Amino acid sequence: MLIELLIAAIKVIAVLVTVLSLAVVLLWFERKGSALIHDRIGANRAAITGLGARMGIPNLGFINTALADPIKMFTKEDIVPEGADHFLHTLAPFLALFPVLITFAVIPFGDTLKVGGMSINLQAADLNVGLLYILATIGIGVYGIALGGWASNNRWALLGAIRASAQMISYELPLGLAIIAVVMTYGTLDLQVIVRGQGGVWFGWLPRWGVMLQPVAFILLMTAGMAESKRVPFDLPESESELIAGYFTEYSGGKQAAFMLTDFAEVILVAALVTTLFFGGWQVPYLYPDGFHLPGGAFLALPNAAVAIFGVIAFMIKLVAFCWLQTLIRFTLPRFRYDQLMRLGWKGLVPLGLLNVLATAFVVVAFGGPH
Amino acid sequence: MPLWLFGFLAALSIVSALGVILQANPVHSLLALVMTLLAVAVLFIGLGAVTLGFIQAIVYAGAIMILFLFVIWLLNLQAEAGIAGGRLARRFFGAIAAAALMGELFAILSRAPSGGNLEAPAGYGSIHNLAMLLFSDYLVAFEVTSLLLLAAVVGSIALARRPAGARDGAVAPPRAAGSR
Repeated sequence: MLIELLIAAIKVIAVLVTVLSLAVVLLWFERKGSALIHDRIGANRAAITGLGARMGIPNLGFINTALADPIKMFTKEDIVPEGADHFLHTLAPFLALFPVLITFAVIPFGDTLKVGGMSINLQAADLNVGLLYILATIGIGVYGIALGGWASNNRWALLGAIRASAQMISYELPLGLAIIAVVMTYGTLDLQVIVRGQGGVWFGWLPRWGVMLQPVAFILLMTAGMAESKRVPFDLPESESELIAGYFTEYSGGKQAAFMLTDFAEVILVAALVTTLFFGGWQVPYLYPDGFHLPGGAFLALPNAAVAIFGVIAFMIKLVAFCWLQTLIRFTLPRFRYDQLMRLGWKGLVPLGLLNVLATAFVVVAFGGPH
Repeated sequence: MPLWLFGFLAALSIVSALGVILQANPVHSLLALVMTLLAVAVLFIGLGAVTLGFIQAIVYAGAIMILFLFVIWLLNLQAEAGIAGGRLARRFFGAIAAAALMGELFAILSRAPSGGNLEAPAGYGSIHNLAMLLFSDYLVAFEVTSLLLLAAVVGSIALARRPAGARDGAVAPPRAAGSR
């Protein structure tokens, strides 16, 4: 009993620490990666105590920026504007961050690990309605943004909040429709079962990843997910050329950092969802519970621990790859206009999602369902 | 569900429900209502109605309350403003309505079976069982409800849409009779 509690606690802490440290990596990528794409030098002044250069230590780049940025943000003055709703102004950033962080509980990051006669499911919360849980937490995430903008007593912030909530509830629909198609394909709401269903190969070489069965749902989920995370090209809620900074105009210091962290955590969440539903989660191509079965017929036996570790590494690589893809899109595309955003959501993605559900239903009925 | 958890959630939902009616600021009331809905959703999940609990969180807490928020913003509701009638009349009718509701609740709850085995049967409230019921026994009711909702959506769009050619703020020219 005690050891089970301990394992659960370790899993929870490991997931949270991974997400938060990945957010810091993304923050650095936002500085240096954007510079790379824009052909600039980027942040290059962060050197620890300035002694590094004199002592011949090269600029530590990532570590410097990753340390300097959070320290800078958390030591800045926290200002609450006059006439603002103090209570909600303080609560809102954390109301935005909390639902995103708890969503990671149901994301499986590895297969079962067997240690000393115990099998540990590498997933923080083994929930058989995991996808419903994700939809619920995404729905609750709107409040932090909406109330933050309202409580600031600033027109730009309120406009940003209205835009954000309209955008987020509009794009929840295609997100849900994409998820429904996946559920119909695998016949379950359990994310770990969906990932297991993506093991093995077709034709002896093609991994059975979900994107092969549901390419439309993948595009829908990726697009709607990026719109949910409110980043370029969907950053109308904060579009700085129109609304100063939108819903977080009146935020500074640690509270603003919490809003930024929410953005990065949402990017990681979208990457985790895409990985889990469409790219096999922790599945490594040709890796089975007993080892590698390569297409040529070669076989390499591996112990359970090695297989589990390979799975976790594979999940992390896919996760980072999709975070990178989203950052690339963020620095490549211009912002949508608001009517374009709404047209894309309601006249483009929602009908496409409905058609995809209909087509999936036909295929499931005609060729036999997942059961 | 352990008793302490049930007690905690029940207390939380009652306290936040009191917050809905006792606060002057409509946005604070709304936030308290969201908390009530979420606490009740977790109660549902703990009592075996897993799907119902999550749907309450998704539909009510996640979507309908956001629309409430929009209504509060768009109507620009201020604290305790816009309620017709005097304080005394309001309290009088409020007390009558509350007493009637209490009486009804008491009448129903006193007839409820007490004690015995209150454990939910296996699979109760699971998404599979719920879907089986919805798409077999209650199929007609389910489809009629969805048609009703569709009609409401189409109706609201028809009411809200601008006549073709009208600009923002411009008053639409009166149509000649029979031009449609």
